[in-house]
Amino acid sequence: MTATAIKPKRVLPGFSLSLGTTLLYVALVILIPVIALILKGAQIGPAQFWAIVTSPRTLSALRVTVTAAAIATVFNAFYGLLMAWVLTRYDFPGKRILDALMDVPFALPTAVAGISLTALYSANGWFGAPLASAGIQLVYTLAGVTIAMAFTSIPFVVRAIQPVLEDLDPALEQAAMTLGASPWQIFRRVVLPAIFPAWLAGSTVAFARSLGEFGAVVFIAGNLPFKTEIAALLAYIRLEEYDYQGAAAIALVLLAFALVLLILSNWLQFRAARHLESKG
Amino acid sequence: MSITIENMTKSFGSTAVLRGIDLTVESGELVALLGPSGSGKTTLLKIVAGLEWPNSGGLNVNGQDWLGLAAQDRRIGFVFQHYALFPHMTVRDNIAFGLTVRPRAERPGKSVIAAKVEELLHFLQIAHLGDRYPAQLSGGQRQRVALGRALAIQPTVLLLDEPFGALDAAVRRDLRAWLRRVHEETGSTTIFVTHDQEEAFELADRVVVMGEGRIEQIGNADQIHDHPASPFVARFMGATIELPVVLSAGRAEAPGLDAGRLPRRALPDGPATLFLRPADITPVADPSGRWQVSRCTSNGAILRLELTDGAQTIPVDLPRRALEAKGLERGARVILRPETAAIFPGPRPSQAASAATELPRKEKAQ
Repeated sequence: MTATAIKPKRVLPGFSLSLGTTLLYVALVILIPVIALILKGAQIGPAQFWAIVTSPRTLSALRVTVTAAAIATVFNAFYGLLMAWVLTRYDFPGKRILDALMDVPFALPTAVAGISLTALYSANGWFGAPLASAGIQLVYTLAGVTIAMAFTSIPFVVRAIQPVLEDLDPALEQAAMTLGASPWQIFRRVVLPAIFPAWLAGSTVAFARSLGEFGAVVFIAGNLPFKTEIAALLAYIRLEEYDYQGAAAIALVLLAFALVLLILSNWLQFRAARHLESKG
Repeated sequence: MSITIENMTKSFGSTAVLRGIDLTVESGELVALLGPSGSGKTTLLKIVAGLEWPNSGGLNVNGQDWLGLAAQDRRIGFVFQHYALFPHMTVRDNIAFGLTVRPRAERPGKSVIAAKVEELLHFLQIAHLGDRYPAQLSGGQRQRVALGRALAIQPTVLLLDEPFGALDAAVRRDLRAWLRRVHEETGSTTIFVTHDQEEAFELADRVVVMGEGRIEQIGNADQIHDHPASPFVARFMGATIELPVVLSAGRAEAPGLDAGRLPRRALPDGPATLFLRPADITPVADPSGRWQVSRCTSNGAILRLELTDGAQTIPVDLPRRALEAKGLERGARVILRPETAAIFPGPRPSQAASAATELPRKEKAQ
């Protein structure tokens, strides 16, 4: 008695080929650079690593980066929520154009963004001149760094919330209305819980992106050590000085930040969304 | 709480959805709005709820003008077609929602709300589900929670939009009896929307048949079934066979038709249309009959015939063991003897206009 194993046929051909290609790509483009960075960092040794990371200039750069990114993210979280709300809830002429404009920071080379922001906010720019006459200077300050970060990361928030808001069943809000809830109560107790996971995810990614932003920031920041020098630029400077270990140590700290944020965001989303899966 | 709707119209853009609705619902009554999709029944319900606004007309509840009131202030219980339960809240929190959003001065205390919710959970027979989330419930359970949430605010009026539309047949029958009981025990004035005749007739005190933004007929099952007020109602109630006849002294006449069993009607002489159900026609064997059996199938109990006179093909159902069924096979010639029918003056509407209501069988046969 011999039993022949029946091999189930897959509907779509080329599974192994497509999976293999994907894995190879992920390995080459994402995994290997990250591993190389970690290995490079591991060669430094804990004592020296600590010395590099806690040197006043590195600490200052990290502080500038995190502060500016945090301010930019808080701003974007609220402004992005408002943008997504306007784009999904109202119909007005030019809505599609506004919607398309939201992608400009994605598409624009960050260096171009940095140069135009600098031109706008410099002492003789369109915004900079009136601000300068009021005694406010934005370029070469932390505020400038924040503006550049906010500019490049806003689409992450908008594009994360928008589809969720679009899919939100209007009957939920109507139900709350018939039950006597005020507009604010409807937003606070029905809409916000529904979009919260997406909002959180979008804001976290925006924050991670701001931490690593380079091109848009370096032009407007002026890069004064201990004042407006960001961590990514400091790593670049170390590299220019052939100080590979210094560069790797700073890069590792940024990587750790990003990883922790991603894990935190996923965990919070999982917690917030755990009751929402429908059995169909 | 009696509801009076007067001359209400509503259009979305250039599409008229309601074309002048007049309706009074008495206090404590259970009324069904019955009609095909696009008849405006859900729009009417949403206007009563304050979720849509009419272009013109009046809406009075116990003498109060509701068109000046926001949905929040009408205190209605609305049950949505797909329940619209808040997915991030437990069953308990869903039911308590309407009480917890009251202004602080009117809001009952926490323990009062909890007791009220507990009472409703028992009343709705879902006491064991209080801590679940909507995603963890079956369709019938969700429906009960949705009704509990609506009842928690002690609504003046209960409105249900296709309450059983998304449920399977067995659960649907269960919930129907249950809803009737809930209605009787709460004594609330209730309006529900459905496209299911059986549901409407079984559940409601009165059925309002709607078509294309108008009320076509109001009545109970027997009235609407036996005396449809318009061709639309006749077709909607299953009288899908339309025969052109000539009225003479109140009696319908047509070749191959024996209308002897139909009562005389006080209608003017002239062309008219006879509306018939497949089961209300007895074919009588007649060698020189105008109609010929073109197809004959049986499901054991019922014999389904297709009869043709060359121009028109009609379906006829009769019990297989009936005397008249003897000798009816393909090719046999018969005349039609309607047992009951609706007659409306005027020629039969054109093929194009009535095509939608005709049976697909017919097209196949041609």
